[in-house]
Amino acid sequence: MARSLVDKIWDAHVVRSIASGQDVVYIDRHLIHEVTSPQAFDELAARNLPLFRPNRILATADHNVPTLNQHLPIVEPLSRSQVDKLTENCQKYGIELYGLGHQRQGIVHVIGPELGLTLPGTTIVCGDSHTSTHGAFGAVAFGIGTSQVAQVMASQCLLLTRPKRMRIAVEGQLRPGVTAKDLILYVISQLGTGGATGYFVEYAGSAVRSLSMEGRMTVCNMSIEMGARGGLIAPDATTFAYVEGRPFAPKGAAWEQAVSYWETLYSDDDAVFDAEYVYDAAEITPMITYGTNPGMGIPLTGHVPSQVPDSEAESFDKSLKYMGFERGESLLGKQIDYVFIGSCTNSRIEDLRTVAAYVQGKHKAGHVEAIIVPGSKQVEQQAIAEGIDKIFAAAGFELREPGCSACLAMNEDKIPAGAYCVATSNRNFEGRQGPGSRTLLASPLVAAITAVQGRIVDITQYLN
Amino acid sequence: MEKFQTLHTTGVPLPFENVDTDQIIPARFLKATTREGFGENLFRDWRYHADGSLKAAFVLNNPRYSGEILVAGKNFGCGSSREHAAWALYDAGFRTVISSYFADIFRGNALNTGLLPLQVTDKVLARLLAAIEENPQLGLVVDLPAQTLSVPAWGETVSFAIDPYKKECLINGYDDIDFLVNQKSAIEAYEKQRAWTW
Repeated sequence: MARSLVDKIWDAHVVRSIASGQDVVYIDRHLIHEVTSPQAFDELAARNLPLFRPNRILATADHNVPTLNQHLPIVEPLSRSQVDKLTENCQKYGIELYGLGHQRQGIVHVIGPELGLTLPGTTIVCGDSHTSTHGAFGAVAFGIGTSQVAQVMASQCLLLTRPKRMRIAVEGQLRPGVTAKDLILYVISQLGTGGATGYFVEYAGSAVRSLSMEGRMTVCNMSIEMGARGGLIAPDATTFAYVEGRPFAPKGAAWEQAVSYWETLYSDDDAVFDAEYVYDAAEITPMITYGTNPGMGIPLTGHVPSQVPDSEAESFDKSLKYMGFERGESLLGKQIDYVFIGSCTNSRIEDLRTVAAYVQGKHKAGHVEAIIVPGSKQVEQQAIAEGIDKIFAAAGFELREPGCSACLAMNEDKIPAGAYCVATSNRNFEGRQGPGSRTLLASPLVAAITAVQGRIVDITQYLN
Repeated sequence: MEKFQTLHTTGVPLPFENVDTDQIIPARFLKATTREGFGENLFRDWRYHADGSLKAAFVLNNPRYSGEILVAGKNFGCGSSREHAAWALYDAGFRTVISSYFADIFRGNALNTGLLPLQVTDKVLARLLAAIEENPQLGLVVDLPAQTLSVPAWGETVSFAIDPYKKECLINGYDDIDFLVNQKSAIEAYEKQRAWTW
């Protein structure tokens, strides 16, 4: 029977099915971090359960770490205690930890791929909704709650209902200045913030196939922003070329065996999807969000909608009031206070190169504070090796140390109340970047140009 | 996890759509390493001014409303996977959230916390929100074994769907760990028969 990609991977991980319809699904990789793991470790201890497969878990500290002076003890006592707790738990249970100061530390969804832990055909979970990022490699990857973190620790499995399947194809060629981030912001603006709830999304089509692995990760990363459990892309030569030679990737004969298996991981021609959408890449222009959920996106040169259904009017107007925008207005010319380049969506070396290529020889606008937070220690080191750090410094952009930073503002990196921030991250929720902060989501290229111009512009007029 | 059977209570209306988990519990309050105490920061930035004083207009600060059911707009619990959102609602005394649909991860987290995510149609939700705003004392009865939500004042009962396994878990206070740990031999057998080792 013809099967979709997600079904092929799912089927290969079913330990057994139970009468009420759920599957016991085996998890190949479990990534943990300091914020959503401590209560899970406590749960194991309270039940006197051993950790079932410590070698299938990797830990890092990313959500709640400072991005300055990481070589010094963490100043904020609660944050320090949370990071210390992770270290204690990893020592106690024999888990590999890439903590602060480690050469492999970084945002959990950046380090998995760059270390070759993220492989096609695997199941990957983490107590973080952006685990969907790893789907870029043709993995079934999704975020879980802390109770489920404890379940995977205890059994390396989860009890799950098979998701519905959605395919989103983007066909054709993206226009100059239009990136993977614009592609996914466009798709989310079409489907809405809950439009894929209950589904696993497979991204397909020539525009998706032509993306780099970094671009594919950006796309899959934001699957959760339309409610999807996960998103994935069939692995291909681009995928294999990225994975080969990375520290945890299979080597030698195992590599050959792996690739021959991975080459079978695609949706069969007759595979049935519960929902399908096709978009034309040429219709997509540089995007920005104007509201307080990621579905509220428009072309940079577009207008805030003037009409919404009556049932949505109260929430819509509440959102616009928070942002300080009016129905029907254009965002062009709006002054911006902060630019944040970072997060598991856009903090990889390709993102930093994009920003550097634009800002070289230019300087940020005087009133803008521009912060770049690399996704990992390796990204940071690569940027330094390429001299990108010097380009940022000359352009007035501050390059920090790795972490989730102002994407969720758990640490000191907060946007002040009322300030506007163009961010390359994934969520523009009220207060996400700090109480009262106003976030406009965009691509790294849009963010770089905005920082230099100091206001929202039609970036197609400013491309190098 | 505490057992859930029936609930006789009133509802608190929150008529906004797409309430994300950052609103339910902002990230800066996720630094605790235990499950307790998140209720005091539930809906923190909607409930309190920056100086800690109450925002009188927010429903949780309105003395007219109380009860163990939060009645909220569609797509409740979207965004971050933080289970702290379900813990915060539970810790603040809620035992059920009614909405016309829930984000997937929140739904699972709620079920694992003993908080019932009760899905009704858009029409029922709109009626409930209006009726509670009109009469905050409107009695609501949740009967999990029967899978019904009743409004005695209306003389009406609506059915709701719930996965049969999760229903049994809630009624008996079981969770998936008990079940999964008992699958150990099947899991080990699965590991042995796999063709690949990575």
